[in-house]
Amino acid sequence: MARYSIFSLLRNAARYHRDWPAAWRSPDPRAAYDVVVVGGGGHGLATAYYLAKEHGITNVAVLEKGWLGGGNTGRNTTIIRSNYLWDESAHLYEHSLRLYEGLSQELNYNIMLSQRGVMNLAHNLHDLRELSRRVNANRLNGIDSEILTPEQIKAMVPILDVSPGARYPVLGASLQRRGGVARHDAVAWGFARGADARGVDIIQNCEVTGIRVSDGRVEGVETSRGYIRAGKVAVVVAGHASVLAEMAGFRLPVESHPLQALVSEPVKPIHPNVVMSNAVHVYVSQSDKGELVIGAGIDAYTSYAQRGSLPVVEHQMGALLELFPVFSRLRMLRQWGGIVDVCPDASPIIGKTPVRNLYFNCGWGTGGFKATPGSGWVFAHTVARDEPHALNAAFSLERFTTGALVDEHGAAAVAH
Amino acid sequence: MLLIECPWCGPRDEQEFGYGGEAHIVRPADPHALDDAAWGEYLFMRTNRKGAHRERWVHSEGCRRWFNVVRDTVSHEILAVYRVGEAPPAAGRRGE
Ligand SMILES: Cc1cc2nc3c(=O)[nH]c(=O)nc-3n(C[C@H](O)[C@H](O)[C@H](O)COP(=O)(O)OP(=O)(O)OC[C@H]3O[C@@H](n4cnc5c(N)ncnc54)[C@H](O)[C@@H]3O)c2cc1C
Ligand SMILES: [Zn+2]
Repeated sequence: MARYSIFSLLRNAARYHRDWPAAWRSPDPRAAYDVVVVGGGGHGLATAYYLAKEHGITNVAVLEKGWLGGGNTGRNTTIIRSNYLWDESAHLYEHSLRLYEGLSQELNYNIMLSQRGVMNLAHNLHDLRELSRRVNANRLNGIDSEILTPEQIKAMVPILDVSPGARYPVLGASLQRRGGVARHDAVAWGFARGADARGVDIIQNCEVTGIRVSDGRVEGVETSRGYIRAGKVAVVVAGHASVLAEMAGFRLPVESHPLQALVSEPVKPIHPNVVMSNAVHVYVSQSDKGELVIGAGIDAYTSYAQRGSLPVVEHQMGALLELFPVFSRLRMLRQWGGIVDVCPDASPIIGKTPVRNLYFNCGWGTGGFKATPGSGWVFAHTVARDEPHALNAAFSLERFTTGALVDEHGAAAVAH
Repeated sequence: MLLIECPWCGPRDEQEFGYGGEAHIVRPADPHALDDAAWGEYLFMRTNRKGAHRERWVHSEGCRRWFNVVRDTVSHEILAVYRVGEAPPAAGRRGE
């Protein structure tokens, strides 16, 4: 792997950037692999990377039906934080945030992590009590978290309407200063490059169309580029999890919904951090290019269409303008949707399945970007050892039989 | 935006309706007879079909009645509308 540095940048600048080597190879699929990872989003690529790095398993292929990061990884609003309520989630998301903090150096790839702080607004007394409870729970878990008064909020984000007469009064907020945003494509590409350098085959335009199971054990996958034998198969396909589960003959407690986002025309720096409001389903930050990045709530109905409906956008824009009246004349440039895999308890499923040597990682719903490195890390462990790591043991598929749900609706809500 | 044909009120836009999720999930006749796995199956497991999906809608801002719809979850095309208690029409069997 050619290392990126100030010197390689200068060298390549002198050659008009014509000679940069490809960041990863594009090999043809081989007939068999020790592990086949299905899904080339951030989670799948991170899984392959940590399989190679932490467990020395390098005879691995990542099969992606489209292009790397073309699913939710490249469509999300990139908010990163770890302020979840329950111990199980707090530990998992915090593990991920810590990995994020060292990721640019580790991958030698600038993922543009910007820890500018994530604020969650409280619009009524109940919101405020919930947020305070969560902040206290976070602190017990060693996660930085604090409660802000409306005056402190106003001082940090002057453009936010915190006046008593506001349509959505702001009574307070929680703040995680270590939260922030990162460049989503870079996370996928950085993991892809790191995995490729360790010998992983990354194969795009290769759709898995069937899963071969015999005697309750997985044997391989049918793909649009032929049959591939596999010792183990690790499925990380987000919104398509139910489709892959059906191929293997079982069902999941997952439903696929559109989730939409928009960006505005670019403006001068005006919004310093990330503001989220679960109650009105708006979350907004400003990109380095100056665009506002704005996320919405999910569409109520299930869908695989990667687009949502306009009433959701209208609702979201209405709420945005109530919170930030200053945005009223800003034009929106682009709008899109991703298909998110929603679990009944708003927590992911990471673990073994009824089929031996077949593992699923799904159910991240509206909030899995923040978990990308941590998810890959625990999933690689689960696949390599055939048993979950302590960090993901609670996130098994069996919890829907035992009833030991990890209810994170408050922390995940629709927002991130 | 979806244009949904309420069996009682006719075509109305999506915003008048509420979504009720997968249709034809039958409440267990004898709840005491269920083990944990069967409960999990009933409460949580979903078909989440890519293609023709049978689902429930309620006309919240109209007649406030529930009914069933078969909708293609890729194109969003509404393939059929039928009343609660009726068998799904042939169009809804596509993709079974
Ligand atoms: C609009 C929007 C905003 C969001 N905002 C945030 C946020 O601010 N913060 C946050 O933490 N999370 C956010 N999320 C959620 C986050 O994007 C996802 O949870 C996360 O990116 C999931 O990553 P993944 O790698 O599991 O899935 P994906 O990136 O979707 O990757 C799955 C891949 O599997 C591939 N695939 C599917 N079927 C097959 C097949 N049969 N064969 C081969 N490949 C297949 C797909 O093409 C896809 O590339 C948001 C999501 C959306 C849509
Ligand atoms: Zn009606």
